[in-house]
Amino acid sequence: MESFSAILAEALGLILSWDADVIEIIVLSLRVTLSAVAVACMIGFPLGAMVGAFRFPLRTGVIVVMNTMMGLPPVVVGLLVYLMLSAAGPLGVLGLLYSPTAMIIAQTILVTPIVAALTRQVIEDLYNEYSEQFTSLGVGPLDRVLALLWDARYSLLTVALAGFGRAVAEVGAVIIVGGNINHVTRVMTTTIALETSKGNLQLALALGMILLTIAVIVNGLLMAIRGTAARAAYV
Amino acid sequence: MSEVVVNISERKRAPLARARTTSTAPLMTARGLCFDAGGQRLIDGIDLDIHPGRCTVIMGANGSGKSLLLRLLHGLLTPTKGEVNWQGHPLDPAARQQQAMVFQRPVMLRRSVAANLRFALSVRGVRGAERKRREGETTALARLDALKDKPARVLSGGEQQRLAMARALICAPRMLFLDEPTASLDPASTQAIEHMIEDARASGTTILVVTHDAGQARRLGDDLIFLHDGQVAETGPAAQVLDNPQSQAAQAWLGGRLFVPTTP
Repeated sequence: MESFSAILAEALGLILSWDADVIEIIVLSLRVTLSAVAVACMIGFPLGAMVGAFRFPLRTGVIVVMNTMMGLPPVVVGLLVYLMLSAAGPLGVLGLLYSPTAMIIAQTILVTPIVAALTRQVIEDLYNEYSEQFTSLGVGPLDRVLALLWDARYSLLTVALAGFGRAVAEVGAVIIVGGNINHVTRVMTTTIALETSKGNLQLALALGMILLTIAVIVNGLLMAIRGTAARAAYV
Repeated sequence: MSEVVVNISERKRAPLARARTTSTAPLMTARGLCFDAGGQRLIDGIDLDIHPGRCTVIMGANGSGKSLLLRLLHGLLTPTKGEVNWQGHPLDPAARQQQAMVFQRPVMLRRSVAANLRFALSVRGVRGAERKRREGETTALARLDALKDKPARVLSGGEQQRLAMARALICAPRMLFLDEPTASLDPASTQAIEHMIEDARASGTTILVVTHDAGQARRLGDDLIFLHDGQVAETGPAAQVLDNPQSQAAQAWLGGRLFVPTTP
């Protein structure tokens, strides 16, 4: 086995050479992850806001379920989506198994509870502050949810980031429903798992470093946005 | 609905054009109002009539139930017993659309000053040119023109309270509930808020204000309700109650003494 420094040097070489395969893997990873996070936010933001802003029977039960689903095991989600999309499954006719769409579906299922549960907490805290003013002004249910989502927009960026972190680092579900097919469904995490098992540590390490860099960039951008918002007292 | 916005240059200062005419039909009534929490009766059988166009001051020691009464009358809390009527009918959300409330600690939406005002109008369905007109008039009235694009939450305490007043008045309410609107404000900010209250009242808005400030009660109030332990200890014209209180509780409080009723 090569020394760590040699592997590191080759990994850096791969990154700096803009290897076409590496770029393709990164692009697909981002496409799958960002699509899943976008769909999860579209579902999770309003869902979390409604649970946070309204009182209804069994609400506590709904919150317990939402919080519990934050810890959904990825392999179990992968298995369930596999069963749904496989030829014998109810959605088999769609022919989505081993496609990026299947990976997006699996990641959406994993990320939505995280987005919804964290949104619920953010919105509930804000609503506790606003509730009497809203009642006094006569704010209707739809306006209430929209206003809370808008006023919590910067906090919700952090929620989306939490979802992004979960999705981009996820391997168990996407490898089951995507199959890790070269040039089709191979993303960073599945490639790292595969190449490590093959002993091709240079590519695995290169992708690992890129994955970490993406996480740092996304975090840095959000921190900058939140910092600007905080200075304007919008957080 | 009465028009609340008054050009600041037309303001009539004290003694102000106080309409001392007490209409026979009260705008709001409370009968046998009770509110319990934590096994305690916090509001205990309050009856009152609020007549249109008047400014009624609620005073009393801390914990006497002033803010609670305001919330019950505005419909933010549901009474344990008794009823609140608005123009002879039970208070409902539609009636609350004709009212507005300003809280002791102003609730500022995480938006600009102008957006805070626009929000109040948009939930009442006021849009387009009318919204723009009211926004302009109200920012001028509250002297917030220069601040309208600033985030509301970076304003000073006095500016925030002026914005809260403006947001309440922009909807042209028939009745305005004020829960210690000048608590912890400096004299200049207090004066600005009192001017806004006087303007609103001069435009016909009925005011119900909670305060600890006897001077403010004298400056603003037509009528005064003195609460003690969730009950009305004394009520009457503000000057009369302040100059010649009849109840032990009001006498003690206005005299700066503690009043602890003897247990029978």
